[in-house]
Amino acid sequence: MKHLEYAIELRNITKRFGKVVANHNINLGLKKGEILSLLGENGSGKTTLMNMLSGIYYPDEGEIFVDGKLAEIRSPKDAFDLHIGMIHQHFKLVDVLTAAENIILGLNEKTVVDLKGVRKAVREICDRYGFVVEPDKKVYDMSVSEKQTLEIVKVLYRGADILILDEPTAVLTPQETRKLFAVMRNMRADGKSIVIITHKLHEVMEISDRVAVLRKGEYIGDIPTSETNPQQLTDMMVGRAVRLNIDRPQADEVTERLRVEHLTVTDIEGVKKLDDVSFTANAGEILGIAGIAGSGQKELLEAIAGLQQAAPESKITYIEPDGKELLMNGMKPIEIIKKGILLSFVPEDRFGMGLVGGMTITQNVMLRSYRRGKSPLLDQQFPKKLAEKIVNDLEVVTPDINRIPLRRLSGGNVQKVLVGREIEQSPTVLMTAYAVRGLDINTSYTIYNLLTEQKMKGVAVIYVGEDLDVLLELCDRILVLCAGKVSGIVDGRATTKEEVGLMMTHLGKPSEQELRESEQTDAPVHEEVKA
Amino acid sequence: MTQFISLFTTAVSFGTVIMFGAMGEILTEKSGQLNLGVPGIMYLGGIAGLIGAFLYELNNPAANGTVGMLIALGCALAAAALGGLIYAFLTITLRANQNVTGLTLTIFGSGLANFFGGSLNKMAGGVGQISVALTSRVFCKTLTITEPLGAVHKLFFNFGYMTYLAIALAILLSWVLNRTSVGLNLRAVGENPATADAAGINVTKYKYLSTCAGAAISGLGGLYYVMDYINGTWANDGNIEALGWLAVALVIFATWKPLRAVWGAYLFGALCWLYNFIPGLNRSSQEIFKMLPYAVTIIVLITVSLRHKREDQPPQSLGLAYFREER
Repeated sequence: MKHLEYAIELRNITKRFGKVVANHNINLGLKKGEILSLLGENGSGKTTLMNMLSGIYYPDEGEIFVDGKLAEIRSPKDAFDLHIGMIHQHFKLVDVLTAAENIILGLNEKTVVDLKGVRKAVREICDRYGFVVEPDKKVYDMSVSEKQTLEIVKVLYRGADILILDEPTAVLTPQETRKLFAVMRNMRADGKSIVIITHKLHEVMEISDRVAVLRKGEYIGDIPTSETNPQQLTDMMVGRAVRLNIDRPQADEVTERLRVEHLTVTDIEGVKKLDDVSFTANAGEILGIAGIAGSGQKELLEAIAGLQQAAPESKITYIEPDGKELLMNGMKPIEIIKKGILLSFVPEDRFGMGLVGGMTITQNVMLRSYRRGKSPLLDQQFPKKLAEKIVNDLEVVTPDINRIPLRRLSGGNVQKVLVGREIEQSPTVLMTAYAVRGLDINTSYTIYNLLTEQKMKGVAVIYVGEDLDVLLELCDRILVLCAGKVSGIVDGRATTKEEVGLMMTHLGKPSEQELRESEQTDAPVHEEVKA
Repeated sequence: MTQFISLFTTAVSFGTVIMFGAMGEILTEKSGQLNLGVPGIMYLGGIAGLIGAFLYELNNPAANGTVGMLIALGCALAAAALGGLIYAFLTITLRANQNVTGLTLTIFGSGLANFFGGSLNKMAGGVGQISVALTSRVFCKTLTITEPLGAVHKLFFNFGYMTYLAIALAILLSWVLNRTSVGLNLRAVGENPATADAAGINVTKYKYLSTCAGAAISGLGGLYYVMDYINGTWANDGNIEALGWLAVALVIFATWKPLRAVWGAYLFGALCWLYNFIPGLNRSSQEIFKMLPYAVTIIVLITVSLRHKREDQPPQSLGLAYFREER
């Protein structure tokens, strides 16, 4: 009867993509009614492994047992039939359809779509676990957290007893994460088994019963959450001891470098993306920018870089090291360069704005330097040397800097090239947007250290980030945006996650009472959960 | 009044050709397949229908018009669907570039059709000698409910059955796309195939079927032109190709909605012939008027993109190949 303890058992699973082995000989069990964290660095094969349970991929070798029975999962439909539901990291929703239409997609329950029946079923699921979903709302009108809720309702509607959540908290605020965890506990109380993939160790500690660790496609082991700690988990994940602290030295000299006053940016449709934003960025300081995705972070950086037009009352002043002031607004990027303002920008959209995927590392470096040449022919030697330096300094893994197109490198290596190139310009202002998005712990810490190094060199660093824990550890000051307005600027050494989280959703600093309440909403498990 | 009736009649004739083309293309594009081979597919439908009817009437002394009509219809549907199948195989299975494949299909279809059109002319004894009178008569047969020469009759009942078939098809297509599970799944495939796949929809099957069925419907446009509009012969005038491109434009004009394509098709048809009804035009200024449908399409494109309404946008993954294990 040993099998029946497990909802899912994977035995000797191997999956290859061409020559790359994504999963090698993996044995893993998910017990009934438990929350299992699947932990591992980027590229360690977590998502691949879970995709084999949801029918997106099919294993090359090995067996999957569901409820003790050998199962063959060849398509997502097979997975539904086995009551397995996956909530993907990139939501699988059709934007132009409504919530209800997304829920019944592909089910073909009736020839003519019966929206009334769906609405009723959705309401029942929502009441049971404490969600809110509006069945007739279009997905493109939904916030990220609403979309995620919809994804969960979708798999529950399909009768899932085993839920797989792939990095569900990556895009949520701390308050939304709490709500999600409360729902997950309700589902566990209802007898569902849950796998959660996450990078954030404190979440692993908070939500899961057991942790399983993957490293480079291999199964390292599992351990009950109560018997472990973040340091041990990191060591298991990386394979050697890693220091998890970010140094935050104080620079000797902190001077004003960039002064932004009354910055207002309106989009094509006349919606204010930034509304009267004022702050200063200082040399020798990392200024963090926090906010829910789409609160104006992108517009803020682009307005400074000269890529977005600001309203006439806006004023962006650059203060040179010798104290001379220069008005920057209205300048195009090329004018900023010509004025000698050394501005570096690591944009959110790596391949859209930062790099050209079809070109090599050297050519991408050349994009930033070709104007220096005096002759009509391109100087190939200088960018080549610089590219070699970046590859050596940042440990970029690439077969050849002059032949391989950048697109073929992994996300982390691409990001290193971009950050490396921007730092090599010896900037006085360095702006980064989500510089570690999609990177594993090791690479992330490399980038944090680089940014701190720049700060100590007297650069004004602006860091737009989404992980509040990192913002709190890395930044000297944090500017919190809420729907395009400045909710406040807090001291990175003195503030708390709760405070920043509340400022992201409500304008202004929270009162003592609000802070207390936010802590108390921590996961009330539903009493009347039906068995 | 006579002027209006005559403009209306010509508008409906051309409009029907365009409507069939556009209807098929809407079905195809809803699955994310941008088939620019519509003119070629209409050519294939037209010539296949003509060949079928011609051989049937040639070899059967006691040929029956209705049988000829059915043979022509079957041949047109099959040939056009085959054209769609070639396109589907290249773009879905082999993941070839959709734009290039579609344009090639247009060149292929018109070349093939005109080659066989020429052969038929030779068999029939000279240019303009092809005649499938029996079959064509069935295609052209009008309804005789009202008194034969009244204005009402001329406006509404003076057309062959395919004119009404086109409208019925538009209503049916609109219902399928918006009300049924199959339509919902199809829209999901065109918007976001990865999502559709994860929801358990067979993306490849949906793409193949909608591309082939769409091509078959487009092919009917060519058949209507050959059998009804020019009464069962072959003309090397390039009209089918011109109307085929208008069908592609109409899909954009109608913002991928079949019912909007019905009046849009008649509007395009009317704009095509407007120059005949404006006095004092010479040959060169006529051409300016022939450009009107395209000008209208550009205006629609601009207004749609200005209004930025998500429902009026093309299917999101239109023109992109889908491969599940791509990373």
